[in-house]
Amino acid sequence: MTEDDRTKPQATSTDMTGIDGDSPLPGGPPTDAPEAGEAAEEEVREEEQIQFGAEAGLQTGGTTGQITAATGGDVPLHQASLWGDAWKQLRKKPLFIIAALFLVLFTVMSVAPGLFTSQDPRFCNLSFSVDRPSGSHWFGYDIQGCDYFTRVVYGTRVSLLIGLLVVGFDVVIAIILGSIAGYYGGFLDTLVGRFADIWFAIPTTLGGIVFLNLLGQRGLWQVSLVLVVLAWPTLMRLMRSSVVSGKEADYVMAARALGAGDWRILRLHILPNGIAPVIVYATITVGIIISAEAALSFLGVGLQLPAISWGLMISDAQSRILTSPHLLFFPAIFLSTLVLSFILLGDALRDALDPRLR
Amino acid sequence: MGRYTIRRLLQAIPVFFGATFIIFMMVFALPGDPIRALAGERPFSESVQRELRERYNLNDPLPVQYGKYMLALAKLDFGESFNRRRVSDIMKERFPVTIKLALFAFLFEMFLGLIAGVLAGLRRGSFMDNLVLVSTTAVVAIPVFVLGFVAQLVLGVQLRWFPVAGIQSGFYSYLLPAMVLGSLSLVYIARLTRTSLVENLRSDYIRTATAKGLPRTRVVGRHALRNSLIPVVTFLGVDLGALMGGAIITEGIFNIPGIGREIFQAVRSQEGAVVVGIVTALVLIYILANLVVDLLYAVLDPRIRYD
Repeated sequence: MTEDDRTKPQATSTDMTGIDGDSPLPGGPPTDAPEAGEAAEEEVREEEQIQFGAEAGLQTGGTTGQITAATGGDVPLHQASLWGDAWKQLRKKPLFIIAALFLVLFTVMSVAPGLFTSQDPRFCNLSFSVDRPSGSHWFGYDIQGCDYFTRVVYGTRVSLLIGLLVVGFDVVIAIILGSIAGYYGGFLDTLVGRFADIWFAIPTTLGGIVFLNLLGQRGLWQVSLVLVVLAWPTLMRLMRSSVVSGKEADYVMAARALGAGDWRILRLHILPNGIAPVIVYATITVGIIISAEAALSFLGVGLQLPAISWGLMISDAQSRILTSPHLLFFPAIFLSTLVLSFILLGDALRDALDPRLR
Repeated sequence: MGRYTIRRLLQAIPVFFGATFIIFMMVFALPGDPIRALAGERPFSESVQRELRERYNLNDPLPVQYGKYMLALAKLDFGESFNRRRVSDIMKERFPVTIKLALFAFLFEMFLGLIAGVLAGLRRGSFMDNLVLVSTTAVVAIPVFVLGFVAQLVLGVQLRWFPVAGIQSGFYSYLLPAMVLGSLSLVYIARLTRTSLVENLRSDYIRTATAKGLPRTRVVGRHALRNSLIPVVTFLGVDLGALMGGAIITEGIFNIPGIGREIFQAVRSQEGAVVVGIVTALVLIYILANLVVDLLYAVLDPRIRYD
């Protein structure tokens, strides 16, 4: 690919080869000749696994990285151009605006639930047990006779917190390990790659049940820790393949020729341009993690009472689904809306960051 | 191709041992004494305890226990549970149920997923495309256990279209659980097919085929679709793990006596040997499936193997 091709991604045919459009060509840049072919082969395979394990729509992840790399070539002067462009795109998307508004609402709900309800979620009156929704109590009452609306509102905090906490940690792990593996390659790459493979081979639900059952006390931190441990490999692989394709870029060669050190190249050139697909996938992962936490709590190996969590509420509703469907309905609606908001946000971000779709 | 095969095989070995060791460690690091838990109210006598510890290798350090377990596994011996049932017998009883469930789920998701993906991908931006995108996004957002409940409540209890739970009605009772289990993968298959079909339809060889004067059906069927299915094939390997994991929840909701329900009960009752046995089998299946898919992928797409 010549420099000219890179700056006009939509117009070229090279980036339409689909699945391995982002892999360095076998006879690529001469600097890393001995391992270039191998890296490419690895990368294609892992790129694939990432897409499927995760969100099918993420197809163009690696390519985005490269195009990003190309368009932001004159770092750091116009570093914000891609993100600025993306923002302009996003502002016009109704789905993005809806998702963002929902997320703002949920955030306010988890920071200050008192704004939405004046009741105490743990104040219950057994004589109201499983009363149906009414004008004064929109969501009705739960088994203990607590106001269900209040409990559902208070349940937002723990879901959102676990989702953000887990993905936050995983992104940090992904950036550190992915950069090391992708940039230095060789033995370190193999080591990190195989280590990730091992964790990747343990299905999330299965691993979650086995690990969480070990812990007697299961609060926010314990559940988050287990999910962090089970979810990092996908993000790490995404970061790695982004770095691998980014380090071959001409401007990185130029920076190296000018005498920039590894740390400087990574920090100023490769990371800002390669982080986009990771951020897109991380956004979607927040939704996936929130869903996983609810599933584990539902199975009885996640959060424990007296924690207020949607998964626990749905689990309680299980035995009364015929007589009191509202117990299932309301937490399920909140949970699905929160997960949906993150997925829509991720979808919108991907569309905005991938110039090929314009 | 030969070199690639050998390399992938060698890579799978440490992954297998690593993953199973992590599970082994986690299960047998459980706090509490399993023998005492087994005895319940009236503790066993010293000699019985000693004999039991010896029998289940509980005196050895963890890595030695793991080594002995792996040696036995090489002879297809998955150990036995504390009430003397062979783990392999338990698996023989439970696996067919889960395999049946997974197979139905698989057929369902492939059939509907491919149709939806092709319909959406052929005309990007059309009504059909948007319908598929919106409905798949909705399915992803609804957690599987919620979906399972709602399906059970509406289609099973209220409309009486499907049996509510259990497997008494044979083939028929697997349908609803299989649809719930396959719903998430259905989304991935539909979206994957759509994205890769859209990409392929824009490629040069499609333009060439059209320019040659080939009919549209042939251009799509023989050229675009065949190449678009390559990523879908690779998804199947990952999907197997998802189906096995999802089976835990689905089998719980629909009360299906398969491997998922068994493993969940074993974890709760601290039947370490059963947990490790089943998880080891699952990890092995998962790794082998991914290996086969990787090799298949290299056959389908020559760009993968450079030697």
